[in-house]
Amino acid sequence: MSIKTVQNKGLGHWYRQGTPWIWLNAGALAISLMAVLGLLGYIFAKGIVHFWPHDVMQAEYVAEDGSRETVLGEIAADEVVATTRLREAGEWVPNDHIENERQLVKVGNRDVFGRDFRWVISARLENVQFPTDAWLVERREWGNFYGRVVNIKENGNVIAEGEAAWPEFVARVDRANALDAQIVDIQKGAIGRINYGIEQLRLEEKKLALEHAPAPVPADALADIETRRKALQADYEVLTAELGNLYDQMKRDAVTLRTTTGSEHEIPLAKIVFVERPNALSLPEKIGHFGHKLWEFVSADPRESNTEGGIFPAIFGTVMMVFLMTLIVTPFGVIAAIYLREYASQGWMTRTVRIAVNNLAGVPSIVYGVFGLGFFVYFLGGNLDALFYPEAAPAPVFGTPGLMWASLTLALLTVPVVIVATEEGLSRVPKSIREGSLALGATKAETLWRIILPIVSPAIMTGMILAIARAAGEVAPLMLVGVVKLAPTLPLDANAPFLHLDRKFMHLGFHIYDVGFQSPNVEAARPLVYATAFLLVAVVAALNIVAIVIRNRLREKNKQLEN
Amino acid sequence: MTDTSPTSTLSWLTPEQSASLQRRRKAKEYLARGTIMLGGVGVIGAIALIFFYLVWEVMPLFKPSAIEDRGSYSLPLAAGDDGRTLFLALEEQNEVGSRLNAAGELVFFDVAAGTVGSSTRIVHADVATPTAVASPDTGGEMLAVGFNDGRVTIVNQSFAVTWPDNVKTVTSEIDYPYGEAALAPFGESVTAPVTHLALRIDDDTYQLAARNGNGQVVVTTVESTENMMTEEVEITETARREFTLTGDVQAIHLDNDGWFLFVVHASGAVQVWDLREETPVQQQVQLPGDARATTSAMLLGHVSLLVGDDKGRIHQLFMVRDAQNHYALTHIRSIALENAPITRLVPEQRRKSFAALDAQGRVGFFSATAERRALDTKVSDAGDATIAVSPRGDRLLVIDGKQLDVHTVHNEHPDVSWKALWGKVWYEGYDEPKYIWQSSAANNDFEPKFSLTPLAFGTLKAAIFAMILAMPLAICGAIFTAYFMAPSLRKTVKPTIELMAALPTVILGFLAGLWLAPLFEQALPAVFTMLIVTPLFILVAAMLWNQAPERLRHRVPDGYEPILLMPVIALAVALPFLLSGWMETTFFGGDVRVWLTNTLEIPFDQRNALVVGFAMGFAVIPTIYSIAEDALFEVPKHLTQGSLALGATPWQTMMRVVLPTASPGIFSAVMIGFGRAVGETMIVLMATGNTPVMTMNIFEGFRTLSANIAVEMPESEVGSTHFRILFLAALVLFLFTFLVNTTAEIVRQRLRKKYGTL
Repeated sequence: MSIKTVQNKGLGHWYRQGTPWIWLNAGALAISLMAVLGLLGYIFAKGIVHFWPHDVMQAEYVAEDGSRETVLGEIAADEVVATTRLREAGEWVPNDHIENERQLVKVGNRDVFGRDFRWVISARLENVQFPTDAWLVERREWGNFYGRVVNIKENGNVIAEGEAAWPEFVARVDRANALDAQIVDIQKGAIGRINYGIEQLRLEEKKLALEHAPAPVPADALADIETRRKALQADYEVLTAELGNLYDQMKRDAVTLRTTTGSEHEIPLAKIVFVERPNALSLPEKIGHFGHKLWEFVSADPRESNTEGGIFPAIFGTVMMVFLMTLIVTPFGVIAAIYLREYASQGWMTRTVRIAVNNLAGVPSIVYGVFGLGFFVYFLGGNLDALFYPEAAPAPVFGTPGLMWASLTLALLTVPVVIVATEEGLSRVPKSIREGSLALGATKAETLWRIILPIVSPAIMTGMILAIARAAGEVAPLMLVGVVKLAPTLPLDANAPFLHLDRKFMHLGFHIYDVGFQSPNVEAARPLVYATAFLLVAVVAALNIVAIVIRNRLREKNKQLEN
Repeated sequence: MTDTSPTSTLSWLTPEQSASLQRRRKAKEYLARGTIMLGGVGVIGAIALIFFYLVWEVMPLFKPSAIEDRGSYSLPLAAGDDGRTLFLALEEQNEVGSRLNAAGELVFFDVAAGTVGSSTRIVHADVATPTAVASPDTGGEMLAVGFNDGRVTIVNQSFAVTWPDNVKTVTSEIDYPYGEAALAPFGESVTAPVTHLALRIDDDTYQLAARNGNGQVVVTTVESTENMMTEEVEITETARREFTLTGDVQAIHLDNDGWFLFVVHASGAVQVWDLREETPVQQQVQLPGDARATTSAMLLGHVSLLVGDDKGRIHQLFMVRDAQNHYALTHIRSIALENAPITRLVPEQRRKSFAALDAQGRVGFFSATAERRALDTKVSDAGDATIAVSPRGDRLLVIDGKQLDVHTVHNEHPDVSWKALWGKVWYEGYDEPKYIWQSSAANNDFEPKFSLTPLAFGTLKAAIFAMILAMPLAICGAIFTAYFMAPSLRKTVKPTIELMAALPTVILGFLAGLWLAPLFEQALPAVFTMLIVTPLFILVAAMLWNQAPERLRHRVPDGYEPILLMPVIALAVALPFLLSGWMETTFFGGDVRVWLTNTLEIPFDQRNALVVGFAMGFAVIPTIYSIAEDALFEVPKHLTQGSLALGATPWQTMMRVVLPTASPGIFSAVMIGFGRAVGETMIVLMATGNTPVMTMNIFEGFRTLSANIAVEMPESEVGSTHFRILFLAALVLFLFTFLVNTTAEIVRQRLRKKYGTL
């Protein structure tokens, strides 16, 4: 390499300096960064857009023979497809462009049209408009209905017709929803309690029979159970009467709507959740709609096999499971870390254990699931049932996947995280502080409790948060030890003993898997899956960022301690 | 806080108070120590328990089978019984046994006590002597008995479990489902004795094959319908084949469809008669090794024929269909018991296993699928014993002269052998030995296929495609971050990428399955163009930047190149996707999928390895990146500074000094990333079709060990072979990742020590 070429700033020099390689490395990093940010951005955009009201498009769809068909619905997606492929699929394409745009329109009215989505080729759409008199009716069954109003009836009598019916309609839908809320309240609250009580009585009776066997159960005990059962049944009669009354009130109103094909359909207001004229909304109303939908999403129960409604039980189940897991994992993880760092002799044995604990973080989570199912559910649970719940047999109590086993399995899965984080915190405590405390005559336990633990508490916190973040996002092991797609009851309710550790629960991550992949109507469920994914990502990312911030603060503080 | 001060001079405490305080402190100290020791060891023990529990669940698979005596008593005889046994069976509950004696009486006896419960002479046995017996189901509940006057009786034994007074009682009875009259398959006038019989039952139809002393063979298919009004059974013959069979016939058997009649000759020749033809045609196979056939039976499902020979081996044969739909009888495998001739073959009723007895009284339990002898032991001294195996395969009855022995058999998992788990196995209905995982099916005579090889293959395939994408991106990214990036930028970039490690994989899997897979299918050329174009665009951008005016270049500080490149990369990704339709029309005739399948004959699945490679690649990038970056960044600064001072360029320093020094760290990063890819469940579960195929084709799916566990574990019966094999899969995953991670960890610790000494 001569001096001349070095001075020459041409391409040759540029190449010999290795600059292209450096740029390629920079490119690799840029790709990784863009992937992370793009992914988060995509989920955010897709997740949040679900709650914003979509305009309802009306257009004429032209067929090859010139016939026209009116299409009314929301545009759910669009894509560009090679024209040849469309033609192969048997679609008529009016132009000769290489590619054509096509749109997925949510036309709703599943009970009328058979399916609620259809692809249309944009080039065949004419007279596209967004009529303000298009109504969107969200129903409890059969998905959305799109159409125009004909009239509103009360007890079969028309009381309002045409667009003027809108204010009347909204008021009556609100009334129906209020009644529905009362019904759900009675069904889930009071009747749920009675059913639970009757089931407990059945178990109690069976238990008595088992205890006294082979002798018969004393009559007074049986009579006691019978009186209590009678009382519950009497309550039940009252409640069913009340329910019947509410149902009758619900039946009062109905709305008649006309589809684009001209057929008219009468929908009882009892079957309607939400109504809207999307194209007539002003911006504040749209924001209001957004807020309403967002609230419904986090607070309501799922409907229509999880493809509509909210995800409250999944949020609740996730929080519950993570909370229990934290209660278990934190003390044990911290104790194990303290043992390893402060009490165990630092020989090869401890080093090996440390490596093993470290590596367990890399063991596939499904392995923990298998262990949880085999050991906790079948072995421990089966034995618990045999010992303490013989009256429930053959139905298992703890011998089946449930909340407790899920929490325990995930505690085992995340204990390495807490141990590693706490150990790191302990190793950063300056020796001088420890020795200072001991020199002043404090015992080891006192030093630990009063001096060391306060210093490492942020590290413990970091470990705990990382454990929570990992547990919140973990799905594979939960599929084996306690998660279900739809749990009829929450694991926490007003029936003693309030916390039902044996119940199965719903989980955000599993909800994504189940609704996105096992659902009969994936297309309809897609927006909900994105929204759920967004929520989960937001929670996990926020927890991780908090953990990172705490860890950085702690490092700064420890550095100051050392100086 | 003064009250806790232990120094007495400064204390306000009385000596007694002080002493008690000291005691309390001491007690607390011990308590703390005890709790922590116990808790710490407990947690570590709990972690270790995972490993031991998995091993404990897997162990029974490899535990040798065992047999134990349960008792023996003199043979339960009916009145006037000479002790000869034509047929022996045991019912489901292991309580009642049944034997057909030479007088044509069915004797039901109590297995535990050895007493005769009841005995009934079957129809036609009062006028003739039984000469041949056949049973269509391996359970032996239905029996065809041939007589010396050419007549055949079909009799059904049924057992019912009742609980009178809470005591389990098994009652037995017999009936004649096809009418009480004896059948005359050869015609009323032919009275030559029936020498061989085979019976097949298919709902209301039975197929009976019989050969008589004249060598005449009749195969008749008969449909029975019950008259609704009179409840009488009406019988109509729907097909009939007749031919003559000469030679020393050992036995005849019908297959499960009634298409073939297998004829075993004592000479070791096995003939197949194709009954679908009007005049049955035949083909012939000779047992290998000059063997003579001594006994034969059909394996559960009536697909495989088992033939025992005079050299102590059992041969399995079945019809193999070739591409032209022709069937050929094929010798599949031979398993040896000992050297003595095999005298009895008894197939099991729930699995593809059988028991064999040889002339020296040695009994062996075999699995046909696993090609394995699970157990062998001597049960009799006489050479002419009769044996029966219970429906659950847990009891063995041996009639040895006038003696009846009952044995308990512990043989829960005969289907498992090293070869069955990892090797190629020739399964029934396949044209060659294959690696197949198919754990269950609707019918109960299904042959489970437990080859872990396709699953391990799928696991590695997924991991390899993921690593192809992740390794260059993560390592190059780490090189840049550790060595060339502006420190201020590094502070935000590193945590951002590490954040991705915490992203729930269910989200990556869901995006891969529902977004990436359709996108890739739609714009396949764009994906590959993107992979080629992106580095080119980066290089061109770098070159242009080098030529850019100085003033502009000085605006951007060193180490901010990734930010500059972002729009370039966005363009390099977007452009191919925009042009995808044009590329497809111009080069691939409009549709790449069609072009792939038709022109290149490459099958294409929407959810394929390419999608998984991208999704899982991004999942392991942060893991590799983070560890590799640490290793590179921690290379002692005096090394790099020395190199730079000697005139090396930064890139030369990187390549010649930093990279070699940190290479063990990068190796361990790759290992840990690989370990993560191997065990990942949700991404592969959602982004592939989960079909356990073995092909390296990037456009096809696969099934990994982890996804297989997630799919099948909840449905698996506790304690079954399938259940334990899933545990074995988990153990394999555990050991593999543990090994990989430990290697990586040790390499990393060595490296840290090395940095310390440098």
